[in-house]
Amino acid sequence: MIPQEIADSIKAKFPDAILDVKLDGAIDPFAKIAADRIKDVARFMRDDEKLAFDSLMCLSGVDYTGGKLGVVYNLASMKWGHKFTLKVDVTVENPHVQSVESVWKTADWHEREAFDVIGIVFDGHPDLRRILLPDDWEGHPLRKDYKVPEYYLGMKVPY
Amino acid sequence: MGLLDQKFENGNVIITTTDNLLNWARLSSMWGMQFGLACCAIEMMATGASHYDLDRFGIFFRGTPRQSDVMIVAGTVTLKMATRIKTLYDQMAEPRYVVSMGSCSNCGGPYWEHGYHVLKGVDRIIPVDVYVPGCPPRPEALMEGLMKLQEKIRNESLAKKKSA
Repeated sequence: MIPQEIADSIKAKFPDAILDVKLDGAIDPFAKIAADRIKDVARFMRDDEKLAFDSLMCLSGVDYTGGKLGVVYNLASMKWGHKFTLKVDVTVENPHVQSVESVWKTADWHEREAFDVIGIVFDGHPDLRRILLPDDWEGHPLRKDYKVPEYYLGMKVPY
Repeated sequence: MGLLDQKFENGNVIITTTDNLLNWARLSSMWGMQFGLACCAIEMMATGASHYDLDRFGIFFRGTPRQSDVMIVAGTVTLKMATRIKTLYDQMAEPRYVVSMGSCSNCGGPYWEHGYHVLKGVDRIIPVDVYVPGCPPRPEALMEGLMKLQEKIRNESLAKKKSA
């Protein structure tokens, strides 16, 4: 399917969950989804016969600066060979997104990483804790406003 | 065997000092601890393999700090790993030596400015005997560093305190 058909079939099923669609001029055509509907949309895109997005290639957390955060889902279908991208926008004050771990197991560690370094909270994730940094680390270091701590466990951090 | 050359007479008796004997034994069997942290470990493995062959220096890598004399810190020391390295160093029996291999463990390397997660030099947590520069150092450079450490051990004495 071409991106237009993919976007249309999601829109037909979830007319209220799609906030925006950009197909032309984008390297990866994408649709913006409401943060509290992403799980339903994801499950539909995986299970629908014509879409069959059986692979979550990547899940990334993004800090767009200015208090805006986001999650990007790069999907692919092994069955049909087509690709599509979903995006979810959240804010620093309310960084809650539905977890898609129950849809694609790939999302398990990817969501933990996005939580670890960006601080996005995935509601419904079975084991949401830090994956890269130590458990007692404070803050989310890939946030644009992150300040490097002076000391960590008595060890000086800056050069 | 340079230390013992010319010291054999016909009677199968060796005359040497305790310092010489102990130092010779220590510098001829610097067992390394088998652990690598990053790309430097690839060079360290190459140094230990057949082409460069660390075995000829008496350096064998051991799987536990209890049996190791030399810790080669080969790679980027993250803050998470730094606490483990300190523990491993504390588990080694004395006399113990540390070789800091590569720019990362010397001073933070390419992470010196923006690496929020990297310890800027392993000497901030454990004493280092020899620094080997390079990113990563070639096997020849690591071997030179180990030979420097042998030199250092050769000049040690029971009577005076070890310079750390």
